[in-house]
Amino acid sequence: MCLAIPSKVIKINDDNTVIVDTMGSKRLVSTMLLEESARIGDYLLIHVGYAMQKIDEKEAMESLNLFREIESKAAGDGVEQ
Amino acid sequence: MQLYSDFKMKDDISRLASIISAEVEKPVNIMEICGGHTYSIMKYGLNILLKDKINFLHGPGCPVCVMPVKRIDEAIAIADSPGVILAAYGDMMRVPGTDSSLIKERAKGNDIRMIYSPLDVIKIAEDKNNKDKKIVFFAIGFETTTPMTAALLEEVIAKRINNVFIYANHVLVPPPVNAILDSGDNLIDGFICPGHVSVITGSDIYFDIPHKYHKAAVIAGFEPYDILSGTLLMVRQINEGRPAVEIAYKRAVKEDGNKKAQDLVNKYFTVRDEFEWRGFGNIPKSGLRLRDEFKSFDAEILFKDKLKELRLKSGAGQTGKENALCKCGEILKGKSKPDGCPLFGKVCNPENPVGACMVSFEGACAAYYKYRDF
Ligand code: SF4
Repeated sequence: MCLAIPSKVIKINDDNTVIVDTMGSKRLVSTMLLEESARIGDYLLIHVGYAMQKIDEKEAMESLNLFREIESKAAGDGVEQ
Repeated sequence: MQLYSDFKMKDDISRLASIISAEVEKPVNIMEICGGHTYSIMKYGLNILLKDKINFLHGPGCPVCVMPVKRIDEAIAIADSPGVILAAYGDMMRVPGTDSSLIKERAKGNDIRMIYSPLDVIKIAEDKNNKDKKIVFFAIGFETTTPMTAALLEEVIAKRINNVFIYANHVLVPPPVNAILDSGDNLIDGFICPGHVSVITGSDIYFDIPHKYHKAAVIAGFEPYDILSGTLLMVRQINEGRPAVEIAYKRAVKEDGNKKAQDLVNKYFTVRDEFEWRGFGNIPKSGLRLRDEFKSFDAEILFKDKLKELRLKSGAGQTGKENALCKCGEILKGKSKPDGCPLFGKVCNPENPVGACMVSFEGACAAYYKYRDF
């Protein structure tokens, strides 16, 4: 129920809606709950037909990197793989 | 989408799991509150990967599962009223009420529509064949989903649609968590907090978990990598004895959440004195209802006579009862697991659910059934 699927904005309409691509399928979603305006190429989290948040790609990479650092450090410390 | 697939990478997952295993000092009990997490944990076998180190307990965070039988009975009664179209999310259709379910009622000829989004409610209302129908939206969901019901109301009012009504069953995450912790008899060391609830609310709603109850709390996303990285932060909090609310899902969750969505919810909804939960009974201040200014949209007021009758019956124990053998209520409190239920997989399965936890794919019983090992 609380699933929200990251989807890429491919078209902006002028009535508070955008068309997104969710793993190959296109759909119309409302952006009336978004705090910032959506731009083409943004990834949005979609829940029951509404965009609820823009995904921060920088944070996404940072969190991957953070844990990859932990991983490489652990590997260096001799944690079993 | 690289951004996304990276969070599923098998190598990273097994490496993170071995780091967690190495860091766990003594076996840890973690409750994941949200059913979406339960589903991912089962799907990717994280419970097996971390066996003997992390015991995942499944919490009260599947909105379909926590709805008591009484509320299903009420939705059925509303759908059975003359001139009503009841719109419900697909997951609610097969949840058993006392004698029936929405899907059975639809087979009997009542007009019950399965919807994907509140926006579909507008479409139903705008269909000229439905002009003299009362369209009732069976609104369920946690903080994640309430803003979308509020957005529906905003649009209904802007478009001057006068035949849409809300049967509000929106609930809040913190009250059942506090109820579990207040009850004292639990083993929980920490909570994986729901990622998408937090997208809306921000991280403050979990303040009590570390500061009043001294348990760890980490907000996590739903990919296996997200859950494991959240679990690692949790294990460190526990080892170091410094409970806090940490966000391991920063690409989506901001500390303050989504203010615009919060404001819209506050405009239309207010907290109820109490709300009944499956397995818990009444929990104070745990559910939302429409504000008095919007009572002309409130299905509980429109159908108050019918619901009063039903509430008397359920108060007298004639309806609203769960199946006595179903352990759904215990599972939602983290006191039992699906395989501890005598009906699991035999009498109760997704085709023939006895309790709500077997209906929604994120119900613990349904997730266990789908990913059980033979
Ligand atoms: S397996 Fe079925 S009967 Fe048993 S607890 Fe789960 S939903 Fe209830």
